[in-house]
Amino acid sequence: MSQLIDLLSALPFEWARYGFMRNALVAVVLVSPLFAIMGTLVVNNRMAFFSDAIGHASLTGLGLGVLLGLADPLLALVAFSMFLGIGILVLHRVTRSSMDTIISLCMSFSIALGIVLLSRGGNFNRFSHYLIGDLLSITPQEIGWLLLTLLVVGGGLLFFYNRILLIGLNDSLARSRGLNTWWIQVFFVASIVMVVTMNLSWVGILIINSMLILPAAAARNLAGNTRQYVFFAIAIALVSGVCGLLISYYSDTASGATIVLVAMGFYFLTLVIKALRHQ
Amino acid sequence: MPSSPDHHKGIAPHQCGQCCTHIDKISVTLDRNPIIEDVSLHLHCGELTTIVGPNGAGKSTLLKALLGEVAHTGAIHFHPVFGPDREDAPAIGYVPQSLDFDRFSPFSVSDLFAASLSRYPVPLGCRPDVRKSALAALASVEAECLLDRKLGKLSGGELQRVLLALSLTPLPNLLLLDEPVSGIDLPGRELFYRTVSELRHKFDLSILMVSHDLAGIAPVSDRIVFLDRRVVCIGTPAEVLVNGDFRHAFGLDLEDRP
Repeated sequence: MSQLIDLLSALPFEWARYGFMRNALVAVVLVSPLFAIMGTLVVNNRMAFFSDAIGHASLTGLGLGVLLGLADPLLALVAFSMFLGIGILVLHRVTRSSMDTIISLCMSFSIALGIVLLSRGGNFNRFSHYLIGDLLSITPQEIGWLLLTLLVVGGGLLFFYNRILLIGLNDSLARSRGLNTWWIQVFFVASIVMVVTMNLSWVGILIINSMLILPAAAARNLAGNTRQYVFFAIAIALVSGVCGLLISYYSDTASGATIVLVAMGFYFLTLVIKALRHQ
Repeated sequence: MPSSPDHHKGIAPHQCGQCCTHIDKISVTLDRNPIIEDVSLHLHCGELTTIVGPNGAGKSTLLKALLGEVAHTGAIHFHPVFGPDREDAPAIGYVPQSLDFDRFSPFSVSDLFAASLSRYPVPLGCRPDVRKSALAALASVEAECLLDRKLGKLSGGELQRVLLALSLTPLPNLLLLDEPVSGIDLPGRELFYRTVSELRHKFDLSILMVSHDLAGIAPVSDRIVFLDRRVVCIGTPAEVLVNGDFRHAFGLDLEDRP
């Protein structure tokens, strides 16, 4: 993996001389399309609040990992977020309360528990890099993991894309077409959890949901069908990812947040294009 | 154009007329409240049966029980006239009341058909054969021109016709229509009823429709079921329209007084 990434050092730019920038660039290019495809489904199925909750709930996963004395809390993080994600689905099904109430409850619970666990002994600052994220610290080994996530989750998403799309449109209609809506929803939730938790440490808890939502939200303003929707979302995610990373290098700012700002710029641009088209 | 269902092979339309679906003593209880009790119905091929009843009579619940969305007691039997009994997996077509969906979503009519009929991922494009069957289905409801329109930009009547076309692909054993014309203007309603009525004969379909629109359904229905938690009366439109309980429930008995 690292030899492949080193080929980038042939690029005639100042930043290409640094290993951390080459790693970051590869990570962005790998992950942006996955975020974009998933984002189109998250926005369509009105799950934006859900994915936000999964991001925030990871505080508790971190806390548990620290409590258990794990060197890398990623495993605890994935396990807890998965538990919470499926838990929200089950609670929604059992109590028949509205989804946003249940998400809100679970999110408040897990943020509070996470802060309690992590602030024990007054050392919360040690974990603040999880809030903001650190793209430049990504290692070739982690990029290997990202590639694996991309292949597994991305492949699964494409395979189930039609079914997830139908469920998001209307549950009864999907059921009458013979779909097992429950298990498809469980798969979708599990893949949201995987994508969010695997990318948390370099994007940051506070902004990971914008990475998911913004490209899709912008693409909606331009697209006339699902194919264009996904295509525009991938393009916007890639361009804002790469531009945001390079801007953050020259302006010495946090990369994740800079990428989000560029994506936000694209969103406003698409709003303007949409308004002009309607005139 | 969808072809006739297997169990009708060799039978000319209009001639089947046999019992295709037996609904046998269906009851649904939600949170200990009985919603529907002991509902038994026989649905025939080539017939349009309409369920009417006051709000909370359990009309939609009955459809949900048929769709397998709510737990129920009693049994539902599907009887294909020819061929092996396929009671476990009947094809049910369903047109929901009003599709509650995100109108700003970039979701086209062709996407809807592609997502429903094929597993080839919609973002990678629509297969020509899927497009062809979508066009054929839309043609049967006079809506070919809607194929590349966004679902959110359709009028209420257009959307219901698209959903009707989708529910006919593949051709179902039983077609369920849940208040398909609520919120549609009068010309849209008339077109929808005319289309359903034609499809019934053309494909020898067994159709169960829930409706509030008394004036509109009487001329097109073969049978009307007046449901108020249980089946109060059942018969041809002419029979049910003079039933005392029915006239009372819909306030028609006030007109009867001198």
